[in-house]
Amino acid sequence: MSIRRLLTQGLIVCCLLLSSVPAHAQSSDDQAQTLLQALADSSYADKAGAINDIAKSGDDRARGWLDAFANGKLSRIEKSGQFVIVLENRGRNWTVADALTGEPIGEVSRRDLDSIRINNSLRRDLDGILAVIDLTVKDPARRLTAARALRGSIDDTMAERIGDLLKDEDDSRVRDALKEAIAIHQVQLGDVSAVSALSGSLNSEARSALTAATRSDDPELAAAAKDALKKIRQKLKWNHAAETLYFGLSLGSVLVLAAIGLAITFGVMGVINMAHGELIMLGAYTTWGMQQLLPGQPGLALILAIPAGFLVSALAGIAIERSVIQFLKGRPLETLLATFGISLILQQLVRTVISPLNRTVITPDWMSGSVMINEALSLTLNRLYVIGFALVVFAGLMLIMRKTRLGLEVRAVTQNRAMARAMGIKATRVDILTFALGSGVAGLAGVALSQITNVGPNLGQNYIIDSFMVVVFGGVGNLWGTLVAGLSLGTINQLLEPWAGAVLAKIVVLVFIILFIQKRPRGLFPQKGRAAEG
Amino acid sequence: MTRSPNSAGMWLARPFTERSTQWFLGILTLAVALVSILHLALPVSNPLHVSAYTVTLLGKYLCYALLAVAVDLVWGFLGILSLGHGAFFAVGGYAMGMYLMRQIGDRGVYGNPTLPDFMVFLNWDQLPWYWHGFDMAWFAFVMVLLAPGLLALVFGFLAFRSRVTGVYLSIITQALTFALMLAFFRNEMGFGGNNGLTDFKDILGFNLRTDATRLGLFIATGVALGLGYIICRAIVGSKLGRVSIACRDAEARTRFLGYRVERVQLFVFVVSAMLAGVAGALYVPQVGIINPSEFSPLFSIEVVVWVALGGRATLYGAVIGAILVNYAKTVFTGVMPDAWLFALGGLFVLVTVLLPKGIAGLIRHRKVDTTPETPAGKEATA
Repeated sequence: MSIRRLLTQGLIVCCLLLSSVPAHAQSSDDQAQTLLQALADSSYADKAGAINDIAKSGDDRARGWLDAFANGKLSRIEKSGQFVIVLENRGRNWTVADALTGEPIGEVSRRDLDSIRINNSLRRDLDGILAVIDLTVKDPARRLTAARALRGSIDDTMAERIGDLLKDEDDSRVRDALKEAIAIHQVQLGDVSAVSALSGSLNSEARSALTAATRSDDPELAAAAKDALKKIRQKLKWNHAAETLYFGLSLGSVLVLAAIGLAITFGVMGVINMAHGELIMLGAYTTWGMQQLLPGQPGLALILAIPAGFLVSALAGIAIERSVIQFLKGRPLETLLATFGISLILQQLVRTVISPLNRTVITPDWMSGSVMINEALSLTLNRLYVIGFALVVFAGLMLIMRKTRLGLEVRAVTQNRAMARAMGIKATRVDILTFALGSGVAGLAGVALSQITNVGPNLGQNYIIDSFMVVVFGGVGNLWGTLVAGLSLGTINQLLEPWAGAVLAKIVVLVFIILFIQKRPRGLFPQKGRAAEG
Repeated sequence: MTRSPNSAGMWLARPFTERSTQWFLGILTLAVALVSILHLALPVSNPLHVSAYTVTLLGKYLCYALLAVAVDLVWGFLGILSLGHGAFFAVGGYAMGMYLMRQIGDRGVYGNPTLPDFMVFLNWDQLPWYWHGFDMAWFAFVMVLLAPGLLALVFGFLAFRSRVTGVYLSIITQALTFALMLAFFRNEMGFGGNNGLTDFKDILGFNLRTDATRLGLFIATGVALGLGYIICRAIVGSKLGRVSIACRDAEARTRFLGYRVERVQLFVFVVSAMLAGVAGALYVPQVGIINPSEFSPLFSIEVVVWVALGGRATLYGAVIGAILVNYAKTVFTGVMPDAWLFALGGLFVLVTVLLPKGIAGLIRHRKVDTTPETPAGKEATA
């Protein structure tokens, strides 16, 4: 994060150094002054020529000038003849910047400014010219954006110019976008041969051009357009399905994160911890606290919050285990009630000590935004990270349970406590460590959740019932079951949502689980052998 | 359960011969009579006068007490910890609320003679089918028993048939009430959505705002609590009750002895749900509103802690617990609202860790201990 910022700043400094080489700047500034003067002083009829001169000059600043001109923000200070760009035009004094150097000048009285006039036909021309200028910049990403913006808004003259530009374009994506823009234009003109170029396009402009074409008088064009639209719809459907799946997986991975700690304490230890949701909440608040400790470094704080959240929740878990749960061994219903009481206390503690209101946790830059797969499908980054995080946490837990001494001891104590103790395993110590592990994972879930939902005292409550459902659905004492159950419940929920609405979808899922338990009382993946007794 | 015709009468009469039931009924009658007399006979200026507000508050406590008795019946004597009894309470309450809603008639804000205000507001042009019949008191009162009973029957049938017990059942009952809460929050359900049913005018022709009606409702609640208590005691003392205690203590063993455990569980569960429904139905006219928050899992689990505090498997303990906790809640939320959740949470922990037999256990400890074995989960499966 900070490294990236340093790099960006370094880059800017380099650019400034380069651009201030005096001799070069001097000559180009003179030239620019003449160009702008020509624009300012000529009549409307001659302004078109002046605009073209500026566009062709190859000056880096040309785009800025023309853009300001199009928006009526290019002005000249009457006395000095200095050209300025208006940054802020409210009130009597306007904030301006020098058009040539780009340096802010400060406030200038509105009366001292002589705005360079523009009319509508010039403005229309300018739009095209600006777009074409954008198509000639070096950065391919900017060219791509410009090319995409062109679709559906070009006329004959621009189509010609774009045709010329296509010859020199070497970036394939920009080429495709430009070709599409021309094809849309041709379809709008009634060219049947251009329809095929649009048949796989997901762009909404292409779709509206085709929809318009289906109503055309030319039967051949109408039929071709209809065909192409059908293909597009099919493609859209797939993309939509992929999107639903993505949302489902992301919701599912949240459920997995929330439930997997419970799968350890409930599934492996047989302890009902109703305060599990509040341990998640503690993790989320730890993230918030970290960001308060490290202001201006949300990314670093988030990364540090991962171990911190684990620790905070694990310590809270140990405190709960030592103070209450150890006295209620073998009395699951009483454990449930006592831990529920703890959850109430923790909630109220957060309300009293911090605030009853939601806290804002900042999403760092590298987690915001989205990955665009194609024009109909883009995946938000924060959810992608949460999916990845859930999988990493799951894999880590699997490793601990399968490959470490602790995991072995936990499994031994679970299967036969008395025998494990006879073999020299300290059952009490294993209890504490297991509970700490499950609680710590809840803290990790909280850190992840802080990125996609509100952090407030009720955060945990919203997840506790869902988490229990996931564990019960997956089969108690089975981590794989929890993973599959969480992901599938999330996906089912998302699939139902479009036709049932969010609330009804949730109800349907709950009813589904109640009915499912009729068929398989021990969940998707029941434990087999001795562990299944009970 | 086959029973000789002779014992059929005994079954209901037996509770009256029990010392604890006699005490309980005596104290309840005395308390209700005392409150009524203090309310009616003393002038408002007298410091001992019980105001109409207090009468309604006490009536509310009695409703909670009946609900607690219902929970104790399934938890104390059947070993099923229901975290969703609030659902039955609320369903009963909604049945009563629908009746009260229809009694408003054209006195609502929109003056529509058949449609309740919220339906007019939602632009509905006719009554949904399930609202028909609720203009008749007898129908509504039958539904107060039937609706929660049916819900419990379907749910219990599904759960007990597949032998879902213990913690699983608790969590599923919690999911049930949670799902119902979400459902009732929806306007499309036709139960007033978020706002629920309110603005009631009268019940059976009596104006709900008058002190006399309030006192009447209080006495009715006292009678209902007494009846509910007798029914529960009768069930518990019967052969069925003994089988259900056997289910609680060793479910598998009872099954191997040839009893149909799931039928016993279903019967007791449904009776308990109906009692909860009656409690809800008496609660609604006294507080004047029923909304989906009664379905919230927190409320249901709170009920369990009343029972735990009072003492499981005693029935009268449930009544003591309900009244004590709710009195404390009234005091606390008035004096320092923030502290209430701390107190409640602390109560959960303290009762389960330090006071497993509740207050009733303390009382009983002085006398001879007649309780069957501590009712904690010493089920072989745990």
